[in-house]
Amino acid sequence: MSYTAWIILTASLVGLSCGLVGTFLILRKMAMMADAISHTVLLGIVTAFLITKELSGPHMLVGAILAGLLTALFVQGLHQFEIEQHASIGIVFTTLFAVGVILITTSIGNAHLDVQHALMGEITFIPWETITLPIVGKVPEATALLALVLMIVLVCIIAFYKEWKITSFDPALAASLGIPVVFMHYLFMSLVSITTVASFDAVGAIMVVAMLITPAAAAYLWTDKLSVMLLLSALFGVVSAVAGYYIAAWIDTSISASMAFATGIVFLISFIGSPKHGLIAKYRRPGEIVAA
Amino acid sequence: MAKTVLKVTNLSASYRKNTVLDNVNFQIEEGSLTGIVGPNGAGKSTLIKTLLHLHPSLTGKIDFYGLPFKKAKRVIGYVPQRGSVDWDFPTNALDVVVMGLYGQIGWLKRPSRAHRKLAYEALEKMDMAPYADRQISQLSGGQQQRVFLARALVQDAEFYFMDEPLAGVDATTEKAIMAILKELKDEGKTVMVVHHDLQTVTDYFDHVLFLNRTVKEHGLTDSVFTKENIMKTYGGKMQRIVEGGSHVVHSN
Repeated sequence: MSYTAWIILTASLVGLSCGLVGTFLILRKMAMMADAISHTVLLGIVTAFLITKELSGPHMLVGAILAGLLTALFVQGLHQFEIEQHASIGIVFTTLFAVGVILITTSIGNAHLDVQHALMGEITFIPWETITLPIVGKVPEATALLALVLMIVLVCIIAFYKEWKITSFDPALAASLGIPVVFMHYLFMSLVSITTVASFDAVGAIMVVAMLITPAAAAYLWTDKLSVMLLLSALFGVVSAVAGYYIAAWIDTSISASMAFATGIVFLISFIGSPKHGLIAKYRRPGEIVAA
Repeated sequence: MAKTVLKVTNLSASYRKNTVLDNVNFQIEEGSLTGIVGPNGAGKSTLIKTLLHLHPSLTGKIDFYGLPFKKAKRVIGYVPQRGSVDWDFPTNALDVVVMGLYGQIGWLKRPSRAHRKLAYEALEKMDMAPYADRQISQLSGGQQQRVFLARALVQDAEFYFMDEPLAGVDATTEKAIMAILKELKDEGKTVMVVHHDLQTVTDYFDHVLFLNRTVKEHGLTDSVFTKENIMKTYGGKMQRIVEGGSHVVHSN
């Protein structure tokens, strides 16, 4: 496969995973948690590297899951001590991220891991770091990791579809029916963590937030059906990723920034033009009473 | 003497740092329809949530049918406050009712046609069948509440807890909901309802539980729904209302 094709495939995988996970981030009103986890997984990656001395996919995934869960636990913990939710998130993630940054600069030195890379990603280098897998042969490591994460995300969403739905919509009822709401919460935090860490190499910690939140927020404007929202969000993610690559190639700029910019454009189009909740639709039906 | 289906002993709970329930004791008989009344902040919602283990208790014992809650879970239905969920969630009325069956459907299985049929029948019962496909944000407050009631009905529980099902609903919905509650009672089911409107207590409930951090009074509506008990529960603030509103208290 050509260099460009690998990049576009990788970007599309980011768009797919982030779009799917992002849908539930929006519906659970946890967009800020994505921002937090996208930063704290850095600590997970660094810790995994310090322990194993290698930057391999599985170690990074485990490190990311632990860091993500730690973030969620700390946020929950502070919140229980009457610190406001968003303040808790702000305190926890900046502190854990700072620890990650300090560890990188003091203990890691010259490994393929630096703050700039972690924040912005560098998808252009991805095709050079390959591993050899059975059947498919030589593939870029980041792409393989993203494919693995997409499989995990898909299996989890499909297998527990109704549980995600009910715990997002009405956690109190879910709990009274015996559905493990707390377990589902931490499972979801784990999914956010592995999606983030797999997308790290490609788009970095900051832009992954755009990929998680914006396509899902745009999809929410087009449909009143959860399954359609998931599909649309994944589609918007892919479209933004691919469009972002070509925008970057065209004006010769950062690919991850272009992708994030493309998600913004998709959102803007949805915000104005969506037949259900767009501005034009609202303007056309001024008389309609919107039920509270 | 009817069977005791719920026995609460020395229950206490706090919300944040404040104790909202303290030394709560009561027993509920099978087939009773009980209104829980008390001023704002009296712990009415917390009581229900604590009974259903949705809120931690500090002390106390809760027995459903002589069993701990976990073992009795299957026969207990819960209708949360309407305002506790986001009605912009991308789903329709029928789907929300099907959610009441998720506990029975079990892991890794999807709702079948039979489940959907049950849900549709529950909507029919609440006169909501024409709205089955309607996105839930497009429903009025009363219609949303009826969807919640339908979701409780489909659970086919023996004991229902409802948190302010009549808050902010239209008169038709209020009638429809009360008709269903009476029907449940006639089927021998037990219902406890958090209620805010003192004027309708005597018409709607056969038992009343006065709550303000602890149980102020509990018993048959005919004998305990008195001016004294309302005053005892609500404090001085209610004096004017009690004395002003002629039909607040039916004196027998």
